[in-house]
Amino acid sequence: MVGELEFEKPLIELRKKISELKEFTKTTDVDLSAEIEKLEARLEKLENETYANLTPWDRVQIARHPNRPTTLDYIERLFTNFLECHGDRLFGDDEAIVGGIAKYHGLPVTVIGHQRGKDTKENIRRNFGMPHPEGYRKALRLMRQAEKFGRPIICFIDTKGAYPGKAAEERGQSEAIARNLFEMAGFAVPIVCIVIGEGGSGGALALGVGNHIHMLENSTYSVISPEGAAAILWKDASLAKRAAETMKITAPDLKELGVIDEIIPEVRGGAHRNVDEQAKAIDEVLKRSLKELLQLDHSALIEQRYQKFKQIGQFTFSTDYQGVK
Amino acid sequence: MLKELFIKKKKYATIPSEQVKQDVPEGIMSKCPKCKKIMYTKELVKNLRVCMSCGYHYPLPSRERIESLLDEGSFQEYDAEMISENPLQFPDYLEKLEADRRKSNLNEAVITGKGTINGHPLVIAVMDSAFRMGSMGSVVGEKIARAVEKARELRIPFLIFTASGGARMQEGVLSLMQMAKTSAALKLFSDEGGLIISVMTHPTTGGVSASFASLGDYNFAEPGALIGFAGRRVIEQTVREELPEDFQTAEFLLKHGQLDAVIHRHELKEALTNVLDIHQTGGDGAWWEN
Repeated sequence: MVGELEFEKPLIELRKKISELKEFTKTTDVDLSAEIEKLEARLEKLENETYANLTPWDRVQIARHPNRPTTLDYIERLFTNFLECHGDRLFGDDEAIVGGIAKYHGLPVTVIGHQRGKDTKENIRRNFGMPHPEGYRKALRLMRQAEKFGRPIICFIDTKGAYPGKAAEERGQSEAIARNLFEMAGFAVPIVCIVIGEGGSGGALALGVGNHIHMLENSTYSVISPEGAAAILWKDASLAKRAAETMKITAPDLKELGVIDEIIPEVRGGAHRNVDEQAKAIDEVLKRSLKELLQLDHSALIEQRYQKFKQIGQFTFSTDYQGVK
Repeated sequence: MLKELFIKKKKYATIPSEQVKQDVPEGIMSKCPKCKKIMYTKELVKNLRVCMSCGYHYPLPSRERIESLLDEGSFQEYDAEMISENPLQFPDYLEKLEADRRKSNLNEAVITGKGTINGHPLVIAVMDSAFRMGSMGSVVGEKIARAVEKARELRIPFLIFTASGGARMQEGVLSLMQMAKTSAALKLFSDEGGLIISVMTHPTTGGVSASFASLGDYNFAEPGALIGFAGRRVIEQTVREELPEDFQTAEFLLKHGQLDAVIHRHELKEALTNVLDIHQTGGDGAWWEN
């Protein structure tokens, strides 16, 4: 089955067994309803246990589910009057990032997000949601426009990372990301960022300097992919599962580290199970967020955003070293 | 003649001789990794660690950098005592930090402070690849952000020398967020007219390249420095295409419009003085009256 997840295998087997028994009762006279009832109760219990105790690696798999809803899925459900705007006016149009103008419950906004594909063909067109510099520069162009017209900015984060390629380096991938971090810090409009899938490193952060940052319950946000971390730290990419735990990349981890504001609950089993329901859960948090931020004036918005990032990090002081004299 | 300018001893800040000794590479002689020429280490250090034969730029320890640029006695260090914690409880991290502290005689991968270059006051931050490959964790991000805040408060320029492999893995997402913290600090400084000069030295990659290193009003680099976002091997694996030999060097970036200039280490002090001077004169003074 497409999108079958490793940790869900016991559930899938049990479901299969139940349906087999049901089939069997149809064709014979034997009454197995008591058996079936028992198994169904067990399934219910097992489902509760599985989804209540997801490991970081389970969440990584949900975040990477091929059917996981993308930016455009949410734009369609949360906004009206959406007009997609293309191009960075410098080089081209990077379809790994989508953006445009829309209304959110009647309020004009600018909405931008990384965009993955759901099948191979679309993934090739969208470069698997891994932007080139022109993608970030398109996002920046749209954000500047949002500021000009006083519109709040909403960013959906969902990328494995900025694309590592020759052309991307030639056109200044580093500069494009850095520029977005720099400029986002100065916009005098509310910025709300929501991690909906994978938040991969600088390529994710380039849409992530917001007044509020929220994460879907099963999304991840990290400095490097678990595979990359395992390869660098232990010279073995197969230790990704261990790296996922060590690196603290899940929404509850980031909440604890003081990086994000709210965890947006997901429908049981992951957002892909019910996109409409998931969009409603996002709507609730987004509405609250914007209401709060729209109370702040221009300089308060910039100051709040700076202080938010300024307080992230942990350090201490030691008197052993006297410094350069 | 330029060289003579830099050899004048009295222009440099003095540092305790014990530290100098530790900074000298092992052995009396050094072999240039590029042209294989064998030189006296002492002479190499005197030459600001630039190969006398081929001009190869060795990594310059942060203290030697400060000594080579700032007016003697002008340097006042900020936050010297700030050190890392282990926020993710990452195995062996604290031990590695301790080992690097002993080996490099540095508390972290960046030194920040205030000083003057030929009389021009500024706030300076110098990264050092001898400490955890110059990687950026909470301390590096915080020290740089505080230094920028200081420059903003004092209304003097901010100069940064970068040397970093990127974000520090052992501090996970907290390292990533330092990119935003430092960039945001620079934005607020820049909006008040603050001058930002970035000098990228070997290597400047990953999260450092994709944040403050690229955000100077002037972005300079030392010859031959490796500068880029993604590692060469990663790119080769993903695109499976032949990469040019000079890929991601300072010269490659200059050719592709990503740098203002590539500047030889021996000419750096003069170039920086010139930039600082240009930004000091002018403004509201009516020059035609002079």
